[in-house]
Amino acid sequence: MATYQININGERREVNVHPSTPLLWVLREDLKMTGTKFGCGISACGACTVHLGGVATRSCIVPISHVGDRAIVTIEGIGQDSVGRAVQDAWVEEDVVQCGYCQSGQIMAAVALLKHTPKPTEQNIEESMGGNLCRCGTYPRIRAAIKNAAAELTKGGA
Amino acid sequence: MPKIRAGLLVSAIVVALALGIGVYAGADETPSTAQGLAAWGQVYSVLTHPRCINCHTATNYPQQGDDRHRHVANVVRGPEGKGVPGLNCAGCHQETNADSTGVPGGHNWHLAPLEMRWQDMNDRPLSSAAVCRQLTDRSRNHNLDGPGLLKHHEEEPLVEWAWNPGIRPDGSKRTLPPMSHEEFVAATRRWVEAGTPCPK
Repeated sequence: MATYQININGERREVNVHPSTPLLWVLREDLKMTGTKFGCGISACGACTVHLGGVATRSCIVPISHVGDRAIVTIEGIGQDSVGRAVQDAWVEEDVVQCGYCQSGQIMAAVALLKHTPKPTEQNIEESMGGNLCRCGTYPRIRAAIKNAAAELTKGGA
Repeated sequence: MPKIRAGLLVSAIVVALALGIGVYAGADETPSTAQGLAAWGQVYSVLTHPRCINCHTATNYPQQGDDRHRHVANVVRGPEGKGVPGLNCAGCHQETNADSTGVPGGHNWHLAPLEMRWQDMNDRPLSSAAVCRQLTDRSRNHNLDGPGLLKHHEEEPLVEWAWNPGIRPDGSKRTLPPMSHEEFVAATRRWVEAGTPCPK
């Protein structure tokens, strides 16, 4: 076991866990932040996506010992960010969610896309979101919500 | 019988000394083209090992595993070979291997650029001659001369990673290239000293 000081959604948190513990388990089991979901456990589905140092990251396969002092942003904190807020609003507007299990990961990936590519093309969306699976098949609504959020964020020629 | 044994012993010593002097003298000589080509053959055997060639693809995606299958999760190359926002290489591959979860890692994890592809569009390795020509084409290799290529093989962290590739998710060890890193560097050095000859 080891003690780690980690920065989550702007707050300093301390956890005492085995160094090999995946970040996802630290979030869900130790910090009781259950918005981030366990899907496949092998980085293949994207349900566990968080932002680590600004990069959309599969938290199920990143041991806590690899996190360091990089800022972690989860679905619980993404609404504090203007892009995150716009994406969440667009998600509600488009009524994207069906069962909802994959959606926190979808939103985290979408925010990462729009932060780097404010006006994404169809191909940008296809490629950036291609690793986030949704068994309800909400892909058309996800796509529409991303476009809506992009339009909202770039309104006024930004 | 003792005289015969003594004679054989002297002969053996003379032969051994001759061979030793020959090897020593050879170490200072510039390798011949034939020796350079032989060394290149060793280099090529490493470059086309899955630990190396899986990230020197000609396609829009990396490969993984010894069977060199397409990378999971619909990962794509992206404009700089580092994936795309939302699906970057660094979103899984950290600065070092994560053996507890079976994900390999190394500094600046990325695909080699397309001009450094060692495969065709059907994921088949290019011929020894084609890879050699490409590797020595300074318009396609970041303008590296022979010593530059040697330094790359000797010091580039992602090249070195091939000999420290970590553990698979099932707990088994990833396979290694067909020779040690030291032997690979030595072969590259011989090839460079011979003038980086390429097969016809």
